[in-house]
Amino acid sequence: MSKNIDERGYTNPEVLVSTAWVAEHLNDPGIRVAESNEDPLLYSSNHIPGAVEIDWTRDLNDPIRRDYLGRAAFENLMRRVGAARDTTIVLYGDKNNWWAAYAYWLLQLFGHTNAKIMDGGRIKWVQEGRPMAKTVPRYPSTNYQAPERDDNHFRAFRQQTLEHCESKRPLIDVRSPEEYRGERLHMPDYPNEGALRGGHIPGAASIPWGRAVNAEDGTFKEASELRKIYTEENHLRPDDDIIAYCRIGERSSHTWFVLRYLLGFSKVRNYDGSWTEWGNLVGVPIENPSAVSRNEAAA
Amino acid sequence: MKRLPDKLDQLISLLESMEREDRIQMLIDVAERFQPVPARIAQRPFPAERRVPGCESEAYVWSEPRPEGTLVYHFAVENPQGISAMALAEILRDSLSGAPLPEVAAVPADIIYRIFGRELSMGKSLGLMGIVNMVRAAAQQQMKSAAAR
Repeated sequence: MSKNIDERGYTNPEVLVSTAWVAEHLNDPGIRVAESNEDPLLYSSNHIPGAVEIDWTRDLNDPIRRDYLGRAAFENLMRRVGAARDTTIVLYGDKNNWWAAYAYWLLQLFGHTNAKIMDGGRIKWVQEGRPMAKTVPRYPSTNYQAPERDDNHFRAFRQQTLEHCESKRPLIDVRSPEEYRGERLHMPDYPNEGALRGGHIPGAASIPWGRAVNAEDGTFKEASELRKIYTEENHLRPDDDIIAYCRIGERSSHTWFVLRYLLGFSKVRNYDGSWTEWGNLVGVPIENPSAVSRNEAAA
Repeated sequence: MKRLPDKLDQLISLLESMEREDRIQMLIDVAERFQPVPARIAQRPFPAERRVPGCESEAYVWSEPRPEGTLVYHFAVENPQGISAMALAEILRDSLSGAPLPEVAAVPADIIYRIFGRELSMGKSLGLMGIVNMVRAAAQQQMKSAAAR
């Protein structure tokens, strides 16, 4: 069983709340609980009573370009879910909070720092037998005013990632080891997974996102265990300039959250273009250990 | 455009005619009818070769020949949060089992967008398309085996 959040040694324990804390604050008007999932049916099937849905694709992405919503659309979203600038937004969702962490990351791009993630996500709430509801709540609209989105501190673009790679600064590939090694995961004759090339960005360390969570209940590991993974095994330092990536940026936002908040690393960015961009770019360097071994075998 | 098997075609046409909220509710109802693979076909731990590549809902696909040469399709979805995968599995089981193999083999993987809408994430799309592709592959394999006999 996981320790209480404030006993786990995190640098910023206030960004995480337990399922019990959420249960105690369901009727708190200063708190808006929001579910963010990969599965589009999950929220509608049931959700934490009073929770609103923030859908990654419909609500947070630009419908045309591959980019996130702009200031006006973000304001409309916050107004629609009844959140004011000082509302505490508590995010949770499926997949060990991948999408909740992604939404949390996006909130930070708009400076909504008053946000938290529910430790263990939706599945922990369900497994504890806590109440679920089907009713979609309606809250009075607010006059939310947001600043322009600031991509400078927490977001990395491809050119920045290329320069990061060339200057041999730390990169973390949080995908599975098979994806990292560039092995084909799909069956013969099946389409590839959104990228023309497999492998990883040269110099990236393979630290799958899932190492940061406890398998039994999906909660985050305590700080000493996280430090073992990131600082002892992989020699990352809290003042390193780090870029994390995965396939589209959702799993790496989970690792970004761990490093930036739970361990207090000062400069961590999420490369949301991730492998679906890098693996399709012309001319960028790629390391592909499985291709190397295949070539050696053929020689 | 190649015709979809009748039952699948009718269901998709119905889903496409619905408002988003109604479509989602119908898909949730379908997911609630999902029955995992019977024990006579497979038991845990399920073999890796039956697992749908890239599907994070941990879906598995099996096929069972019927006397007249078509197939019955069976599924498992090990992630209890994989409601969309359960809905798709139930739709495919119900509408493709017993359908002519050439029609099943030609079902395009992008029917998932007609079923769920265009708002699927890339990861979810790939996983759901993987389920369709596994069913298509089973039909193709059965056709090859029949031709070789």
